[in-house]
Amino acid sequence: MDRDSLYRESFPIKGDDFERGGEVATRVKGLLQQLGLPRDVIRRLSIANFEAEMNVVMYAREATLEVLVFPDLIRVQVVDRGPGIADIDWAMQEGHSTATEAMRARGFGAGLGLPNIQRNTDEFEVKSDVGVGTTLRYAVHTTSRPKEG
Amino acid sequence: MQLRHVVSVLTCEILSGDDLLDLDIACCFAADLMSDVLASAPNGALLVTGLASSQMVHTAEVADLAAIVLVAGKRPEVEALAFARQRKLPLLLTGLSMFEVCSLLSQHGLRGAVRKE
Ligand SMILES: Nc1ncnc2c1ncn2[C@@H]1O[C@H](COP(=O)(O)OP(=O)(O)O)[C@@H](O)[C@H]1O
Ligand SMILES: [Mg+2]
Repeated sequence: MDRDSLYRESFPIKGDDFERGGEVATRVKGLLQQLGLPRDVIRRLSIANFEAEMNVVMYAREATLEVLVFPDLIRVQVVDRGPGIADIDWAMQEGHSTATEAMRARGFGAGLGLPNIQRNTDEFEVKSDVGVGTTLRYAVHTTSRPKEG
Repeated sequence: MQLRHVVSVLTCEILSGDDLLDLDIACCFAADLMSDVLASAPNGALLVTGLASSQMVHTAEVADLAAIVLVAGKRPEVEALAFARQRKLPLLLTGLSMFEVCSLLSQHGLRGAVRKE
């Protein structure tokens, strides 16, 4: 599947670790900058990574965010162990959220995360097993016309 | 509008980025909800927020925002400040309220962010 990725790197994310929530997205941004990718590609991926990371912090126990670099796209998969999402269609709607007041006090939990990830990526897929975990896969083409954002 | 102008208009304390005051600010986006910022703020915008947690700095970093103004006399969390300094992101504090900040910036010619589709 990942037969011809030029490079791949994995980053662990811990659930409930609000102090550090965002560090992985920022480290990955540094990696993408080293790869010399267009600014807009880096920005879209970084926004998606940050929302995905915060979802792990808020809802899951732990996860691995993996970045796979291909000649014409960057693929990211976020595999978590946690409660899973029972109704993905529901969760994908803007404004739909099970976040607590404490999560909203940190600026997240308005039900915009998953839609934000989808809007910023060219390929997007969520799979979930209730009681086991959630897997998010998304990709941004590095050669396409930039989506302004 | 230059960042040093923002500092003087809002009488800001500069916690990070005192060597970056020549920076040109294109427009302004005010919110406490970081998902809103990530969804709608264009790059290069000035973030005006009441959120003091490290997530406001990470938001500015991933969305390529120019600088942050933390309003209403709030102090950033320790990690937030350390991170802002490390990433060379200007972080300014003001005792003024969100409303006063937006009103003053607007009077001095700074525009709101235009939502792009
Ligand atoms: N990794 C995850 N594990 C379990 N549930 C999740 C996960 N990601 C999202 N969810 C569920 O989907 C809902 C919507 O997610 P999202 O669009 O990111 O909005 P928000 O995080 O603001 O609630 C969440 O409130 C939560 O119930
Ligand atoms: Mg979310």
